[in-house]
Amino acid sequence: MRFLQPTTWAEALEARATHPDAVAIAGGTDVMVGINFGRLRPPLLLDLTRVGELQEWSVDGGDVRLGAGVPYARVITELGDRLPGLAMASRTIGSPQIRNRGTVGGNLATASPAGDAHPALLAADAEVEVASVRGTRRIPVTDFYTGVKRSALAPDELIAAVRIRPPAGPQQYSKIGTRNAMVIAVAAFGLALHPDRGVVGTGIGSAAPTPRRATAAEEFAAEELSGLWESRGELPAATAVRFGELVATAAAPIDDVRGTAAYRVHALSVMARRALTWAWAEYRTAKES
Amino acid sequence: MRLTCTVNGTEQQVDDVWEGESLLYVLRERMGLPGSKNACEQGECGSCTVYLDGTPVCSCLVAAGQAEGREVGTVEGMATDEALHPVQQAFLDAGAVQCGFCTPGLLVATDDLVTRSLAAGAPPEDAEIREALAGNLCRCTGYEKILDAVKLAATRMSESAR
Ligand SMILES: Cc1cc2nc3c(=O)[nH]c(=O)nc-3n(C[C@H](O)[C@H](O)[C@H](O)COP(=O)(O)OP(=O)(O)OC[C@H]3O[C@@H](n4cnc5c(N)ncnc54)[C@H](O)[C@@H]3O)c2cc1C
Ligand code: FES
Ligand code: FES
Repeated sequence: MRFLQPTTWAEALEARATHPDAVAIAGGTDVMVGINFGRLRPPLLLDLTRVGELQEWSVDGGDVRLGAGVPYARVITELGDRLPGLAMASRTIGSPQIRNRGTVGGNLATASPAGDAHPALLAADAEVEVASVRGTRRIPVTDFYTGVKRSALAPDELIAAVRIRPPAGPQQYSKIGTRNAMVIAVAAFGLALHPDRGVVGTGIGSAAPTPRRATAAEEFAAEELSGLWESRGELPAATAVRFGELVATAAAPIDDVRGTAAYRVHALSVMARRALTWAWAEYRTAKES
Repeated sequence: MRLTCTVNGTEQQVDDVWEGESLLYVLRERMGLPGSKNACEQGECGSCTVYLDGTPVCSCLVAAGQAEGREVGTVEGMATDEALHPVQQAFLDAGAVQCGFCTPGLLVATDDLVTRSLAAGAPPEDAEIREALAGNLCRCTGYEKILDAVKLAATRMSESAR
């Protein structure tokens, strides 16, 4: 095995292009488990932790541009106000030690259907900025997940950053697991109210081959709420219930050791109903900005 | 490959490190520092917790080369020749050590928590302790004595800081 440690983004992209069989490593919380258990034996490890650009976030054209290598612990402490949904999701990940190392870039590249960043990024309409020696492109996160642990990332590309518009309204994240720490989600749900556009964004985790949006629920919510954004009126209970049901219909879960498909569908409908209720209550009490 | 890093304040250099090796393996098998324990090698148990540039991490998930030039702090760096570290003494006094396998990781995680809390002006509350130690598993004590030890350490460390 070889170990490459580029210190600039250009060097990293060059290395990625020259060594298509290299495995990139950031926080190592997925990669090292694979190596420790003999499941992963790449000829080359491409360490991204020395690339300064990846470890930073900035505000760019109104978006937060979150470097792929910023660990969850910093998303929580530094971006809790700007990216509330992603910060809520980050708080549920692993343990303090895992959050000190694990990154959103690593979560995206692993593209596990259970990855906790995904529902929050879907609900917030994030974009993934990827790059190679050929250039840079932005992929709407909705198009990023292409299959179980598969993504739209090309073999010669690396993830540079995630771009997220700071929210115009409240966001929520819910996750079901056996304890509060150190659990892979049995099911997860992210929600973002976009009052500026009259849209409700959703993201489902651990309940389909890929993270996905609940499109029918989003359309239903947009219609039902169209008269309410302005008045900040009460959310009819029946609307929240129906929203939950529609979110559940977007799932295509399986039975596995963590839970049955039926449980996941039920849990999703409950999480979605509550998330919309909580977010709407917050929206009603928030001052108009 | 060759790896150079600072461990507990002393520069260490080791050769013939395999590139896929973890920092935990390097510490235990190449540097003669077996304090950090290997229980799961998958980030679940926290018994391998060390400081990496001042941040607690699972050393089993850090690739050796990622520690190049960095500062590592392990349980071996806590006591002086004269005395145990207050966190270590508190674990002993509170009866928070049974088989001791989880202890090195818990000591590092506790030291980090108490140091941060006191710097912010208050000893950690129960909920904070539970949250901060959520990544450290103990199969013996049932955690109650560990909570006692953390509070005892916080009390003693805030008194000695006065
Ligand atoms: C004990 C434990 C608990 C966990 N709990 C959770 C949890 O609750 N929720 C959850 O979602 N995940 C969890 N995980 C999984 C893991 O922590 C996350 O997926 C994390 O986001 C991975 O980030 P990383 O930086 O550590 O990735 P790495 O392990 O360094 O890399 C992961 C993958 O991403 C690739 N990669 C990394 N950075 C880039 C980049 N910039 N460009 C292209 N490819 C890149 C790597 O090649 C690799 O394929 C847990 C893991 C452990 C060990
Ligand atoms: S050995 Fe590293 S977390 Fe268990
Ligand atoms: S004392 Fe035995 S595992 Fe904690």
